[in-house]
Amino acid sequence: MTTTVAPTSATAPSGKSTGGSGKPKAAKLVRMLPLSPAIGLMLVFLAGPIIYCVYAAFTNMALTGPGAANVKFVGLDNFRKAFSSGAFTNSIWLTLVFTLISAIIGQNTLGLGLSLLMRRSTKVVRNFVGTAVIGAWVLPEIVAAYLLSAFFNDDGTLNVMLHAVGLPGQDWLYGAPIIAVSLANIWRGTAFSMLVYSAALSEIPKEIEESAAMDGAGGWRRLLFVTLPMITRAIMTNLMLITLQTLSVFGLIYAMTRGGPGTKSQTLPLYMYEQAFSFSQIGYGTAIALVMLAIGAVFSLIYLRGLNSEAA
Amino acid sequence: MIARDRMSKLASNLVLLGIGVLFVLPLLWVLFASINRTAGLRVEFPTHPTLGNFKAVLNTDTTYRPVLNGIVLCGGAALLTMICAVLAAYPLSRFRTRFNRPFLLTVLFCTGLPITAVMVPVYGLFVQLNLVDTLGGTIMFMATSALPFAIWLTKTFMDGVPLSLEEAAWVDGAGNMRALWAIVLPLMWPGIAVVLIFTFIGMWGNFFVPFMLLLSPERLPASVSIFTFFGQYGEPNYGQLAAYSLIYTTPVLLLYLLLSRKLGGAFALGGAIKG
Repeated sequence: MTTTVAPTSATAPSGKSTGGSGKPKAAKLVRMLPLSPAIGLMLVFLAGPIIYCVYAAFTNMALTGPGAANVKFVGLDNFRKAFSSGAFTNSIWLTLVFTLISAIIGQNTLGLGLSLLMRRSTKVVRNFVGTAVIGAWVLPEIVAAYLLSAFFNDDGTLNVMLHAVGLPGQDWLYGAPIIAVSLANIWRGTAFSMLVYSAALSEIPKEIEESAAMDGAGGWRRLLFVTLPMITRAIMTNLMLITLQTLSVFGLIYAMTRGGPGTKSQTLPLYMYEQAFSFSQIGYGTAIALVMLAIGAVFSLIYLRGLNSEAA
Repeated sequence: MIARDRMSKLASNLVLLGIGVLFVLPLLWVLFASINRTAGLRVEFPTHPTLGNFKAVLNTDTTYRPVLNGIVLCGGAALLTMICAVLAAYPLSRFRTRFNRPFLLTVLFCTGLPITAVMVPVYGLFVQLNLVDTLGGTIMFMATSALPFAIWLTKTFMDGVPLSLEEAAWVDGAGNMRALWAIVLPLMWPGIAVVLIFTFIGMWGNFFVPFMLLLSPERLPASVSIFTFFGQYGEPNYGQLAAYSLIYTTPVLLLYLLLSRKLGGAFALGGAIKG
């Protein structure tokens, strides 16, 4: 992607001049015309809602009650309310736990581990594991949620397995819902990291690792000082993408626990949904959405910075 | 040394197999439960396998209409995404202007935005525009949310088509759109297929967007209507739920197989994402 950030393939169409500086402005605009459907859609359905979000977050907009009849500007009230509310801070906390366990630790490490192990395994095993992991990824979100609800249920397969080896089971969806949904997200999302890392590892020239082995570097040292540094870019890219994906997971958690029991697995998207639609507080809901967008934007910017500095 | 290599290879295989089994177990449940008349929540092979669950769900209300809705919704949105993405990718890939870089960075920035967060204002917008519960509006929003990533991928694939081929066409007097249609697209159809199928798969599984924007049961796609298995009657029929899940999943699995067999599939995609 580095190469695509700074378009290098572009020369002037006729080959007469580079950059088309000789062309009149109108002709240049015409060339850009094919962009307009995409820009139009994104302005109306992405930029529009985001701007609307910024506006609504500072109002008392609601579907019912006083905020429905006349919408009033309330300044920072929604944000003050949010940050002083236990349910909001609880959901921020749960979102962080969910993202840390399921994306940054789970999907990322497991994906990397799988792709490393796959390089040294036999083809049959590699194909079996690859298919199983990717199968979990391709399943529609809600189907995955049902499979895992069954798996983590009190009567489910996980407890059967635990009992079989003499460990106590529990009703995971009630006793440890955030752990259950985090494991579910690992099951569902690891394929992405595995694919990214497999692609990255396949591009490391064999000679480099072989010569490190010749110099007497053992397996772990080779991994730490040769292999991993060579795929740093892939690691950063992957971490950012899966962090952002995990931040906005809704369907999986909603179908597995509905955020419960109580609010024990109510991450930010579920809290926002509840406030905006179950309680009809659109203004407050958009304020939470704005906080989410801000978190996403911060990650996006860090990611862009990383890409940019690599491209430069 | 060779003995050690063998040991490490064996260890790798064993660890991989263990992880693979953990990934397969939940999948086994759906397979077994779908042919089990008395399916429960644990993985167990049915004593009397039956196709009764499939028969029970194969009717208009439960399966045919939601699947058809899904095809209209996701097919329409994926096509719209693809058309806009190809059109947008062409000038981005072919001409250098001051506008390209900021635009591409904005697109990349948008791929990172949590769509979940945009849904509340989008719902508000849809209420204002009278678009709630319309297939057209939902198609347009789904297409837009997939666009940034699709533009990005399409441009990456288009960059792989050498510019020199078009220069000949330009000399012959062909316009840009003609060159795109006659020269660039035929050369990048595998890339187009990857983006199209990947976009469709993503939409097929998307729950939140149609869940928010569509209301009438007769318009709901399969990703949302699956919820009706948990109705007001308490415990759902797990066998039927599993059978329906399989039916709902099949199109995506077939497309994915097509993708990986014919086109290098997700590995090509992994390569494109990796940078």
